[in-house]
Amino acid sequence: MSTSSAEVFVSTPFAGKFVKSALFTLLLIPLAIPIYWFYTNALGANPIETINRWTGDWALRVLLLTLAVSPLRRLTGWNNFIQYRRMLGLFAFFYVCMHISSYIILDQFFDFGAIFDDVIKRPFITAGFTSFLMLIPLAVTSTKKMVERLQHRWIILHRLIYIIGMVVVLHFWWMVKIDTREPAIYAGILAVLLGYRLFYYIKRKI
Amino acid sequence: MLLKVSKSSDVKESQVTDESLYRDRRRFLQASASLTAMSLAPSLSMWPAIGSASIDFNKIGKSDFSIDEETTPYDAVTSYNNFYELGLDKGDPKRNAQHLKVKPWSVKVEGECEKPGEYNLEDFISPGKVEERIYRLRCVEAWSMVIPWVGVELGPILKRFQPTSKAKFVQFKTILDPDNLPGQKRPVLEWPYREGLRIDEAMHPLALLAVGLYGKEMPNQNGAPLRLVMPWKYGFKSIKSIVSIEFTEEQPATSWNITGPREYGFYSNVNPEVDHPRWSQKRERRIGEFLKRETLPFNGYADEVASMYAGMDLKKNF
Repeated sequence: MSTSSAEVFVSTPFAGKFVKSALFTLLLIPLAIPIYWFYTNALGANPIETINRWTGDWALRVLLLTLAVSPLRRLTGWNNFIQYRRMLGLFAFFYVCMHISSYIILDQFFDFGAIFDDVIKRPFITAGFTSFLMLIPLAVTSTKKMVERLQHRWIILHRLIYIIGMVVVLHFWWMVKIDTREPAIYAGILAVLLGYRLFYYIKRKI
Repeated sequence: MLLKVSKSSDVKESQVTDESLYRDRRRFLQASASLTAMSLAPSLSMWPAIGSASIDFNKIGKSDFSIDEETTPYDAVTSYNNFYELGLDKGDPKRNAQHLKVKPWSVKVEGECEKPGEYNLEDFISPGKVEERIYRLRCVEAWSMVIPWVGVELGPILKRFQPTSKAKFVQFKTILDPDNLPGQKRPVLEWPYREGLRIDEAMHPLALLAVGLYGKEMPNQNGAPLRLVMPWKYGFKSIKSIVSIEFTEEQPATSWNITGPREYGFYSNVNPEVDHPRWSQKRERRIGEFLKRETLPFNGYADEVASMYAGMDLKKNF
């Protein structure tokens, strides 16, 4: 495979670090925006709903970005993409935590009776909560030490992210009242990302 | 703590006109009206078409039906709307408001009545007493507002068209204008939007035809120039931008019920005991407040309206 200039760029240790810091800063922007809206009184008539939707949207978007790392790496041959995957995954978890905090604190204000009812009675919340629970072991085992300790079991454990992706899209799909265009777009992207893996897997088997 | 303080002005069940009396009265009205109808009907349609601007918003009466709760700010009332004809996002109706053409406006009256016809907006509401009514509005999505509507009572307006004994229901339709209304370019709902009421619900003194809010002409995004307000029902029953009223013998089809019969019933009375299949209806967020409130049966109007549903299983007839 030919070496592209981009690969050279992200391969040098200094440039790699620079890209990583830049990416880190970029991934904080979705957090900064609602804070800015808060101070400029731009969260709209229903600020809690705005924050809920926003953090949910970004949790899903960053999750899909994380899932895009491996296909991109294979397609472009830029192996160094992999060094950003952990950070992306942890950011996805971070926005999931923001989303669930917004639900528990802002929306329900610690009314655990109502939260419990939601989790067991409302399929979309059941799905959302389940995907949060499944993300916890992945976040906990994301350190270098855990990767070394778990070895091949780490790879198997982290395949859970494929299921999580599907459950998260379902969570969104079941939540919308009528217009399924947006969740359909995310479902499409997820299908491409997971489909590529399946395609690659089959190709290798043959 | 929630206390229902009954005001002297509240309508007691005992004060609600008995149905048989009401029907007798209508028979009398029909008989006498048939004499005057011939002389009156032409004048109704010959009224000059002057658009909706001539409702005098400086002379708005107060209503005993107004509640004493803090009203939701004008900005919130006019920027957070479900009006799919103007877009699906709640901010869309305000952004796309100019696409709704409200002048001139006329309302077609048809079906089981003695005086069908097409009336321009002025004539349509002219006999009504324009007043301000501060009502709670509870959306099926579990948020609520308190809105000072300007409008006329629906019942007297409908009676003028002399519904016949076959008129058991009233169907309302929103304007159909896919060339201008961006939301109607896609079949998210079956257009035109339609809603329906049982005739006694439509004749209830709380049922309001609104032409404005906050003492001003109705903003387009809130359903200009003429919309229904049914304060004890979920917001989607309060159909916007009405162009057609039809008296029917059979229960009419309603848009959300067609789309999701399990989720949206014909009655759709506010009921904390009957959850939407996908979310709870026990509590609601009053726009502008942080903590959720308990949702009240019939949105706090149980004293006035509950008797209309006596003996009905409200879990089945949701």
